[in-house]
Amino acid sequence: MKMNGARILLECLKKEGVDTVFGYPGGTVINIYDELYSFKEIHHILPRHEQAGVHAADGYARATGRVGVAFATSGPGATNTVTGIATAYMDSIPIVIITGQVPTALIGNDAFQEVDIIGITRPCTKHNFLVRDVKELAGILKKAFYIARSGRPGPVLVDIPKDVQIAQTEFKYPEKVEIRGYKPNLEGHPKQVERAIEMLLDSRKPVVYVGGGVILANAAEELTKLCNMLDVPVTTTLMGLGAYPEDSPNSLRMLGMHGTYYANMAMTNTDVMVAIGARFDDRVTGKLATFAPHAKIIHIDVDPTSIKKNVPVDLPIVGDVKDVLFKMIKEVEAHPDKVKAFKEATREWHEEIAAWKGKHPLTYKHAANVIKPQYVIEKLRELSDSDAIVATDVGQHQMWTAQFFTFTKPRTLLSSGGLGTMGYGLPAAMGAQAAFPKRQVIVVCGDGGFQMNLQEMATLVQNRLPVKIVILNNNFLGMVRQWQELFFDKRYSSTCMEQPIDFIKLAEAFGAKGFQATKTDEVEETIKNGFAYDGPVIMEFKIAREEKVLPMVPAGASLNEMVLNA
Amino acid sequence: MKHTISVLVENEFGVLSRVAALFSGRGFNIDSLSVAPTNDETISRMTLVTRGDDQILEQISKQLNKLIDVIKVIDFTDGSGIEREMALVKVTAEDESRAEVLRIVDIFRAKIIDVTPRSYTIEATGSPAKIDAILELLRPLGLKELVRTGPVAIGRGAKGWKGQ
Repeated sequence: MKMNGARILLECLKKEGVDTVFGYPGGTVINIYDELYSFKEIHHILPRHEQAGVHAADGYARATGRVGVAFATSGPGATNTVTGIATAYMDSIPIVIITGQVPTALIGNDAFQEVDIIGITRPCTKHNFLVRDVKELAGILKKAFYIARSGRPGPVLVDIPKDVQIAQTEFKYPEKVEIRGYKPNLEGHPKQVERAIEMLLDSRKPVVYVGGGVILANAAEELTKLCNMLDVPVTTTLMGLGAYPEDSPNSLRMLGMHGTYYANMAMTNTDVMVAIGARFDDRVTGKLATFAPHAKIIHIDVDPTSIKKNVPVDLPIVGDVKDVLFKMIKEVEAHPDKVKAFKEATREWHEEIAAWKGKHPLTYKHAANVIKPQYVIEKLRELSDSDAIVATDVGQHQMWTAQFFTFTKPRTLLSSGGLGTMGYGLPAAMGAQAAFPKRQVIVVCGDGGFQMNLQEMATLVQNRLPVKIVILNNNFLGMVRQWQELFFDKRYSSTCMEQPIDFIKLAEAFGAKGFQATKTDEVEETIKNGFAYDGPVIMEFKIAREEKVLPMVPAGASLNEMVLNA
Repeated sequence: MKHTISVLVENEFGVLSRVAALFSGRGFNIDSLSVAPTNDETISRMTLVTRGDDQILEQISKQLNKLIDVIKVIDFTDGSGIEREMALVKVTAEDESRAEVLRIVDIFRAKIIDVTPRSYTIEATGSPAKIDAILELLRPLGLKELVRTGPVAIGRGAKGWKGQ
């Protein structure tokens, strides 16, 4: 059947199983929106800014594991998507962004709302396409979805000129996709797996270091099984939180700059480290020269470029983390005697770790007269549903959430780890709530980041998305302020947001509801009220203004040089 | 250390800028880069010369392979390839130096491709080292303009890059 390019796009999305699109109309996508008007299989959500639309698609993808989709028009619509795309790229999130483009004949003429979005997004997409002929459209979309979700996932942008949307052709969705330059290696080499298990079982001080790759590969179950079979300590990155239950006795919780004392000590003293779906980011390793000085490193990743990029690796395994973990489990099962000996041999190591845990647990000083942010996070965990999804913005509140929420399930934390994008949290929560209307979705923000995308309150109300917005308000850009306190002699240059905002009135202005707590004994009631309210709600907590995120490894210091109290 | 790398890519819009952007974005060096379609017109072949230690070269090779449009990456540094480069050189050639230029051209089996009463334009091909050598000799005579293609490289032996 012949149809126009705009309709072909929607038919392709349907074939890919897309049920929700976050998009903003405009001149060069008006034909797509016209087709959408009568296309009932796709639910379209109108954010109030294209950046938020892409973050929402990203939040949808992180929460579901499916490909998120966003639309934007050419020019400013397209440039507004860039921060969202870069955020998804850094955290390997599968999304497809469709942008309109000026008609093919006008490309390069500085036409109205023309921008070279292919050129602009080349370094922050996994791949991008300009569709020059409607006959190529279906094939390109098939490739776009395949590239976005396979191998190491990532964002793919498809730029569709207006005339291509109007042009007609026969619609046929390709059954198969074949890209000769793109063949991700998914199967871990069995010999390497054998060697890895041998190396691990020979160790005395093993540690498993888990990144977001385990969640992306849907391999949390395999990871948990393997680690429990071996009874090994497990630490996760921010992106890996939820891959391994943090309430397990073997959990070392998060490592790195704001990781636990015991996770960082374990990393510094380990003799065999198994890195799984992690990329040795500078926020994780601290000073590279002194990182894990005694460790042999086994590195499992689907992306060969992650291996030996920052640290030398003794035993690389390129492959899908789920496949490799499955093979590792089989290998462990084949050697019960060795496993028994291994557990015996690592007993001292467990004692050492227990001593570190006892010496410096994650903690904070309670206060009666002022709300401690860590207390709010603990209360949120206590009062929220066990399958609640928690999005965060970026900054102190993000680290407190990572430290104190206790994540036990994959895909329950949505946070911008790699790019560290302020303004991410609220729209990401919106995307997750659109995917799971019945689940509890909470976003924890600071007062700074919340203001970067607060216009999405309108989207929440319009679409009846009952996101629970928690604002930890210290009237500061707290993380930068913390650095200024510790390293810049308390010179609080432009980090104080003194102008008071009435967040309750703000919520009401959007047609939502607002609650506020200013004292510790109001925290629980405020959370209960917020959770009980049927609709989007702001819960504002006036927190201790100069509370710091601790422990902290100062930038450029070694992992074991933590500031524990300051 | 210098490396000569062949990159076989889809002959598509924007591929060159993907490769160039990869090098600039990740701080890798490019000494030279040449690109043209191959006998299979859907494939272009780039030859680029870069520098770095083993760890950097491994990253360059992996990052190139990661680009969707890159079909194959071949590193010729281990002597497995033959390199040739062309240079066009405009040199001053007046009374006393005209004969000297011709002698040099002859020794290097280069060609004069344009003549004026005051200059010669020379076409020289060979390994990059040979081009360096002829330039060394021409430079004192008055080198007005130089353009080099950068090397192209091909594997030794009977097999093509696909191994057939």
